[in-house]
Amino acid sequence: MSAETQAESFENSHVLDPAATADSQETINKEIGDIHAAYRQGVEAGGSEETQPRIDFAPYRSSLLRHPTKDLHHVDPETIELWSPAFGHRDVHALESDLTIQHNGEPIGERIIVQGKVLDGDGRPVRGQLVEIWQANAAGRYVHKRDQHPAPIDPNFTGVGRCITGDDGSYKFTTIKPAPYPWKNHHNAWRPAHIHFSLFGTDFTQRMITQMYFPGDPLFSLDPIYQSITDQKARDRLVATYDHSITSHEWNTGYNWDIVLTGSNRTWMEDEDAE
Amino acid sequence: MTEATTKLVATPGQTIGPFYGYALPFEKGHELVHRAHPGSIRLHGVVTDGHGEPIPDSMLEIWQADEHGKISRQDGSLVRDDHTFTGWGRVAVDNVGHYTFTTVNPGPTEEGKAPFILLTVFARGLLNRLFTRIYLPEDAEALANDPLLSSLPEERRRTLIAEREANGDLRFDIRLQGDNETVFLSYPGA
Ligand SMILES: [Fe+2]
Repeated sequence: MSAETQAESFENSHVLDPAATADSQETINKEIGDIHAAYRQGVEAGGSEETQPRIDFAPYRSSLLRHPTKDLHHVDPETIELWSPAFGHRDVHALESDLTIQHNGEPIGERIIVQGKVLDGDGRPVRGQLVEIWQANAAGRYVHKRDQHPAPIDPNFTGVGRCITGDDGSYKFTTIKPAPYPWKNHHNAWRPAHIHFSLFGTDFTQRMITQMYFPGDPLFSLDPIYQSITDQKARDRLVATYDHSITSHEWNTGYNWDIVLTGSNRTWMEDEDAE
Repeated sequence: MTEATTKLVATPGQTIGPFYGYALPFEKGHELVHRAHPGSIRLHGVVTDGHGEPIPDSMLEIWQADEHGKISRQDGSLVRDDHTFTGWGRVAVDNVGHYTFTTVNPGPTEEGKAPFILLTVFARGLLNRLFTRIYLPEDAEALANDPLLSSLPEERRRTLIAEREANGDLRFDIRLQGDNETVFLSYPGA
């Protein structure tokens, strides 16, 4: 909490419920709706479609002072920017992709497999690269000291996994379906259930962190982080697909989610491509 | 460059959120070299918001060449055996927004090129990661010839050049917004 926020809450100390001063969901919905409507008008008038979140998105209150106000400066990547750090099985043990076996007992919740491929913008598989995930448990609680949500911690679930992609860019995690959780953006704010993903490409300029969501979540339209992506087609790219072929008999349900990184700018040698 | 006929649309990014601390930072993640490594330096600074307040929940990654300008292809970043230089580091800032990496000054990757360290910024409240470059301050001629730096007005250009401290350490502050806002970069295909 910044000094300023602290001073503010001190001055307002006669207000017993801090949430009583917070914006309502209706206020947030209206702000999101106005931004989206303006975006759609722009597209209809011939403006280009957006594929990434806005970084200046006021309904997500924490973004107000944390986004650059100047345009990103376009640059042609050079040298180090055309390469990525290498990771391998020295870095990540094969068992780290199963989040349900990290403790002595079975974690509580719906056991799921989440799998898919990491591809670059030209459809090339991103091979042998690091994928990291972290998530809340089946009650919506993170194993993190700053998470004060009074939902139970599961002694059999940490919620952290890693893997190295296969030759076809594939990744696969066994985990527990996370629950939605409350946060303090506005009064009665809840995040849709999600898994955080951290990804590397062949070029460091492809580095990204994102969140995977589950199909049909009723909280989508209420969530300013998800809605910071103004384009519906782009938002849909963060939603996994239920896939019954990943589901296994009396054991787990399954989801598929492919991830596309921005285009590689490296000069690809034919043999490298086919390697 | 191959004919860049981009066929797939990139997946959107999202904020790192507040709860990455138990998942992403790892032991010695900020030590690209051991502190006893000859020529090791500290690269440090503060991440601040639009009011100039430190941001306590930001995570940074750097990626750089070694002191000879060689780009490492070695794995082992996450295990940190203290002698493999992998060129990559990760650190969570502390409660006052301060970060420290232990690394080496990167050499020029090509003769006459201005050496720089690539930096990626993640934070709660930041909806997508940001990229920037940390240039070493010494080679005035290379800096003057650098295509990125020479395309910027002086007050913006300054934000990309680290300050060399008396003991040889590098200081580089990151201002997400406001006065002296750091120049952040976008790349083709993004
Ligand atoms: Fe989360």
